[in-house]
Amino acid sequence: MSKNIKKYWPLFVLPTFLAFIIGFILPFLIGIYLSFCEFTTVTDATFVGLTNYVKAFQDTIFQHSFWYTAAFALVSLIIINVVAFLFALALTQKLKGTNIFRTIFFMPNLIGGIVLGYIWQLIFSGILSQYSMAINLDSRLGFIGLVILVCWQQIGYMMIIYIAGLQSIPEDMMEAADIDGASSLQKLFKITIPMMMPSITICTFLSITNGFKLFDQNLALTAGEPGKMSEMMALNIFNTFYGRAGYEGVGQAKAVIFFVIVVGIGLIQLYFTNRKEVEQ
Amino acid sequence: MKKILGVLLSVLMLLALVGCTSSDGGNDAGNTTEATGTVYYLNFKPEADAQWQELAEIYTEETGVPVKVLTAASGQYETTLKSEMAKSEAPTLFQVNGPVGLASWKDYCYDLTGSKIAGELTSNDYALMDGDKMAGIGYVTETYGIIVNTKLLGEAGYTLEDITDFDSLKAVAEDITARSGELGFSAFTSAGMDGSSDWRFKTHLANLPIYYEYTDEGINDTDAIKGTYLDNYRAIWDLYINNSTTDPSQLSVKTADDAAADFVLGKAVFYQNGTWEYNNIADVGEENISMIPIYIGAEGEENQGLCTGTENYWCVNSKASEEDIQATLDFMYWCVTNETAVKGICGGEGALPSGEAGMGFNIPFKSNPESSNPLVNINADYEAAGKKSVTWNFTTMPSEEWKNGVGSALTVYAADQTDANWDAVVSAFVDGWASEKAATK
Repeated sequence: MSKNIKKYWPLFVLPTFLAFIIGFILPFLIGIYLSFCEFTTVTDATFVGLTNYVKAFQDTIFQHSFWYTAAFALVSLIIINVVAFLFALALTQKLKGTNIFRTIFFMPNLIGGIVLGYIWQLIFSGILSQYSMAINLDSRLGFIGLVILVCWQQIGYMMIIYIAGLQSIPEDMMEAADIDGASSLQKLFKITIPMMMPSITICTFLSITNGFKLFDQNLALTAGEPGKMSEMMALNIFNTFYGRAGYEGVGQAKAVIFFVIVVGIGLIQLYFTNRKEVEQ
Repeated sequence: MKKILGVLLSVLMLLALVGCTSSDGGNDAGNTTEATGTVYYLNFKPEADAQWQELAEIYTEETGVPVKVLTAASGQYETTLKSEMAKSEAPTLFQVNGPVGLASWKDYCYDLTGSKIAGELTSNDYALMDGDKMAGIGYVTETYGIIVNTKLLGEAGYTLEDITDFDSLKAVAEDITARSGELGFSAFTSAGMDGSSDWRFKTHLANLPIYYEYTDEGINDTDAIKGTYLDNYRAIWDLYINNSTTDPSQLSVKTADDAAADFVLGKAVFYQNGTWEYNNIADVGEENISMIPIYIGAEGEENQGLCTGTENYWCVNSKASEEDIQATLDFMYWCVTNETAVKGICGGEGALPSGEAGMGFNIPFKSNPESSNPLVNINADYEAAGKKSVTWNFTTMPSEEWKNGVGSALTVYAADQTDANWDAVVSAFVDGWASEKAATK
């Protein structure tokens, strides 16, 4: 069996590898090439060098969207992970109906971002209209609205990952700690959290990159209003691409910059959380 | 068990392969009919999608030439066009909205000079020129203004004759607002600034100050707008938002459907929109619907007519194969000369062979019949009475960015109507114009 695998592995890898090239590598390389071009359709481009990048860096709205996005990613990262962890702790206790609660908390994650955005817009409008306000009129309200929406959507998902992590902690470690007379807070910080580091790595990675890449919810909830002040990076790139004739390349350049930022932040975050992981 | 699973999976893959090849075969069979070219029309108007699909089918039945019609979702035309044009089977017939749209697509526009359809135009004003090249042909002229529910206007004690300029419009609207509790309706429908509705104000209403400035200066495009008539723009915007069914702070989330519903349900007398909207509001009853010009208080506006023009230019993809270009030209010619097609494009109730309503367009071609759309005929009445139609200058607006900038400034101003917030609208209008024109040069 293993001999066969050694012999035939290229055959098994090939379909996925092809799909990976067609669906990921090629578009990625074409995308990078297009960021140096001026074009109307992606198959018909002329090389213009670095002008797109110059325009992208000069765009003050793009800079604003970076800081707005970074703030959003940070806030949502903390809230999502802390709350999801607490839910996971609660729902691994021996309580009745934990499975029902897990299912219910997970469910918002099954609804698409656009639908969620519009539903929450209605909810916020209903509340804010009492005060003659609307979510599209103030970028701070937009920020809070987005945080609420994304937390509501993603806490359940992260909670499931944390539950899996909690359940994999060996019972005997806890027993040993009990016998040694550890308090429950000590158990949490000395055993549970260190043992959970792999889950924490995954969850923080997911929530920080999701925060940066957020698009549909942003589009549906505020659409960047008022005056692009609640526009996050992904939406800014989209609007640049389609907003003006001749700015397709600038949008593409922004997308490449965006990619570098997200990968950079993701790697830094992985480096720091990975260091804390312990061998089980 | 594993063996069975393996066999099943292989069968599945084989089926997928067969599926792919057989559908290719199907296409080949379709192409071997006598006709050589095919037509692929990327349609701009979602409200006319069903009608175009039907006309395409009729044309294919008559001539054997396959016609594919794809309609972009509202507000998604540029997005869809960009991705469709990059495909190997790109649209052969597409639309641009005027000079600004043409700027990004001119390399794709086939020169229509001397084509059969160009010969059918009633006036060369409806051709979109790129130097000497006829890049596009306007295929529908449309009109917008303030649609009026005359029945409600009568209940408020006024007739259309009472409204002849901005001051009288303002007086009527404010009187209705003052008595709205007792009357049971408001003056204006909600001026929704949601993406489905904001074009009525950031584009169509903004056309009026631009029109008057262009007329004063004797120009038809500019790199730097002065904003001479922006105070008038503010006056009409104030009138819209402070005399409507909706609290001005809630406009950012109001949609086009909300405004149409206000009008159809008799909650408002005035509704700024155009001829294309007729089918949506026909429930009010033809005898109760009229349209008046959008008065903004400019000099000589007693003589102002409705806003008439086109932002729908047909362009033929010059990068398509020669057969496809020929097939497309034939299809366009057929659309504006064939009896069934013209009826479907211009007619109203039951104009299509299937019994569906026609598109109700007014077309700038010789075959144009008297319209079944009352709003189109109202415009004809205005023109016959010697009123001067306002041209569509919003096709020279620099970019979508500019429109969005004006739109969000208007929304913010509506919620908090201070001079400072209006200054932001002026800045988006004037400074934004200059910078966007410079950016898209």
